[in-house]
Amino acid sequence: MSENNPALEVRNLSIQFGGLKAVDDLSMTIEKGALYGLIGPNGAGKTTVFNMLTGVYKPTSGSVLLEGENITGRSPTEINKAGIARTFQNIRLFKAMSVLDNVKAGLHNETHYTAIEGALRLPRYFREEKRVTEKAKELLGVFGLEKELDTKAQNLPYGKQRKLEIARALATDPKVLLLDEPAAGMNPNETAELMDTIRFVREKFDVTVLLIEHDMRLVSGICERVTVLNFGQELAQGETSAVLNDPKVITAYLGE
Amino acid sequence: MRKTTKNNLITFGGTTVLAVVMAVLSAAGALNSKTSGLLIPMGIYIILAISLNLTVGILGELSLGHAGFMCIGAYVSGAFSLVFQNTISPVWLRFSLAIIFGAVMAAVFGILIGIPVLRLRGDYLAIVTLGFGEIMKSIANNIYLTEDKNGLHFGFTNPPSGIDSETKRELLKGPIGMAAPQDTTIWAVIAVLLICLAILMMFIDSRSGRACMAVRDNYIAAQSVGINVTKYRLMAFTLSAAIAGAAGALYSHSISLLAAKKFDYNLSILILVFVVLGGLGSLRGSIIATIILYALPELFLREAGNLRMLLYAIILIVMMLWTNAPFGIRLRERILNSGFVMKLKAKFNRKKAGAGGAENE
Amino acid sequence: MSFISYLVSGLSLGSIYALIALGYTMVYGIAKMLNFAHGDIIMVGGYAAFLAMSASWCPIWLAMIISVTVCTVLGVVIEKVAYRPLRSAPPLAVLITAIGVSYLLQNIALLTQSATPKTFKSIAAGAPPFLLVFEGKAPLFFTKLSDSPYGGESPVLTISMETFLAIVVSLVIMAALTLFINKTKAGKAMLACSEDRGAAQLMGINVNATISMTFAIGSALAAVAAMLMCSAYPLLSPTTGSMPGIKAFVAAVFGGIGSIPGAMIGGVLLGVIEQLSKAYISSQLSDAIVFLVLIVVLIIRPTGIMGKKISEKV
Repeated sequence: MSENNPALEVRNLSIQFGGLKAVDDLSMTIEKGALYGLIGPNGAGKTTVFNMLTGVYKPTSGSVLLEGENITGRSPTEINKAGIARTFQNIRLFKAMSVLDNVKAGLHNETHYTAIEGALRLPRYFREEKRVTEKAKELLGVFGLEKELDTKAQNLPYGKQRKLEIARALATDPKVLLLDEPAAGMNPNETAELMDTIRFVREKFDVTVLLIEHDMRLVSGICERVTVLNFGQELAQGETSAVLNDPKVITAYLGE
Repeated sequence: MRKTTKNNLITFGGTTVLAVVMAVLSAAGALNSKTSGLLIPMGIYIILAISLNLTVGILGELSLGHAGFMCIGAYVSGAFSLVFQNTISPVWLRFSLAIIFGAVMAAVFGILIGIPVLRLRGDYLAIVTLGFGEIMKSIANNIYLTEDKNGLHFGFTNPPSGIDSETKRELLKGPIGMAAPQDTTIWAVIAVLLICLAILMMFIDSRSGRACMAVRDNYIAAQSVGINVTKYRLMAFTLSAAIAGAAGALYSHSISLLAAKKFDYNLSILILVFVVLGGLGSLRGSIIATIILYALPELFLREAGNLRMLLYAIILIVMMLWTNAPFGIRLRERILNSGFVMKLKAKFNRKKAGAGGAENE
Repeated sequence: MSFISYLVSGLSLGSIYALIALGYTMVYGIAKMLNFAHGDIIMVGGYAAFLAMSASWCPIWLAMIISVTVCTVLGVVIEKVAYRPLRSAPPLAVLITAIGVSYLLQNIALLTQSATPKTFKSIAAGAPPFLLVFEGKAPLFFTKLSDSPYGGESPVLTISMETFLAIVVSLVIMAALTLFINKTKAGKAMLACSEDRGAAQLMGINVNATISMTFAIGSALAAVAAMLMCSAYPLLSPTTGSMPGIKAFVAAVFGGIGSIPGAMIGGVLLGVIEQLSKAYISSQLSDAIVFLVLIVVLIIRPTGIMGKKISEKV
């Protein structure tokens, strides 16, 4: 693993469901610290790519390299431990848990005591809980959720639920953060704020961001490079402004 | 102080005080024999209810085989006590070892059954645990353990072959059951209850408990933050089994003749009713619900045993509609937001502020 | 000879399981829930037929119609009152409700009919058994041994009318159900709902009506199973339905939940396994063996023999 490896490298990734090739021979290279967009019309296979990157689906062929390390075929848990965290298109919070506990659950592998130490309240429990709680509060502060620590996640308004999900993903201290339609359901003001937050997060947590988004203002506003998927295949790839002006891409979105 | 810690302390303290008061009243002869006689089984049911709440409320999986783990604990500990009846002399030591042995064996079975079964979820898991409970009951109903001068003989026929009839001592007698020494006292029940309650509370309010609840709320998201789903499912299931085993040990040492048919599906359902009425995930609720649902009908509805079962059935349905159906949720909100409740709340908050408790909400 | 007679009794029991399992599998396939009360609907069907038949004026065919009607209505009402409000609730809540309904039916029966078992009058009462005579290569059917051209010395297998009915009726019902689902509009609506309820709704299918219909059909089948079962095993009590119900669910899982031929195969296999283990291993442990089979099947092939993989959409 040399220093020069890209954060995430996808090589000839394909997956087949029955007779349908949902993603066909996709390759991308995402450099460290990049803000990269994965776009395309509905049903193009974007979320399927995320599911393969995070181990929810096993790719039929191809490989995924995280900072040069081949992580293809590992379980979702192992892939998160290796350094990829994600959010979901249809928000998946721990609904019945408090906002604070959602992030502390994200800090699970950062919390260093055993089940027995916890169940018997040995000293390390108190030390670690204190440290982890501080860390969680700090993270929630970044997203402006510090006033809602004890609120149940399901009672948060939609926009804050999206933010909490990003905070929880960041809690796992990822190298690469995958955001699945982070601006879905947000109004233009909220989207603008979200763009600032994503930029800030990249700097502060030193993380590479790959995001799926339909909101082209967000994509053109913050993504340096994009890949366009259409029917599971790569339609275009490159610098955002160039790709978005590519006639092929415009046709794919708007039709002939 | 944290809200969870405070809640736990209230529950634990309240349980301790209530249990000790009841035990002292009973010892002083202030309770009639009927009420006194209820205390030990009630304590055992409370232990079962809080342990099942770990599986159903915290882990979010319906186990219908809880009676099976109780059965293992009851039989293993009972056999242990019978075998060492004349060897280990202080009763408290023998009994403690029996309880631990029963709990450990129940935990071992929890792991053995959990590894294959916990790959399943929801309805499948429920039906398989139900099957497991029935298997345990059938096996316990058919085992014979006999001691003679050559040692212990174990088998599925009566008597196991090659028994020396002069020195034989039958310990487990198939469908007839087992007569373990009656070592269970109210103090033993209180001790086990408080230990189990403390362990459960501390487990739930820790990294492991959070992981279990995360799996319950959304296992895909739990995996995505690096939680080993299988590990925590197995851990909670096993802990729950171990505590049920300890309750079983208390049970087998509290009745004169234990028959395996007691540990059937209906017992598992009964415990589930306690857990559901008390609120999924709330240990305090489980304790209160068990007291209400077990003791009150025993005291006042004894004659109408069938009516009680009907009541349990209705509680299960109504509780689920009340907490989950859209009209139940609406009704609940309307009551909570009604003028009367609001006034009560305001009054309560003023009082709290007046007492100088600058709690931040 | 005895092996074959065990096998036949296994087939008969298995056919009854299969009928019950059909109800489970249809409801599971379409409403995506385990209707724990299904076994107790059988019990209600048994009592309905029993009470009707105990009135002297009521012929057997009318008792059967009454039983089927009672169960059908009961199934639809249960769905409407207890399950429909919970359609978007977590599965755990639905499952607990179903257990509550099961318990409710049992205890209502207990209060109104008492725990003492009733002796059910067979719907095939008086019908002579078949005798299957083995001689040379060709087995021959007779109703009286003296009709056999081989005389009275050949090995004989007796098949009671109840056994015969159980096997034939369940085969006919399965065939009819398969035709109904694949050939009629209502049946196709059921298939559509089981694939994707939301999409079915968008296509103009009345999802509520379809689910109600599924419960109606499943419960009607339960009534048929009740009469066959109570004829073959004539003791009727409030808990009559619970064990067969649970075993039939095992059969449905065994065959692959959601699959109609799977329910049939699973039911028959389970009945045969149960009767053979009763005969050759231990009658007390036969239930344990049935559940052991379930656990083993689910470990090796969680989707059952004919089932297909269901995975959650992420």
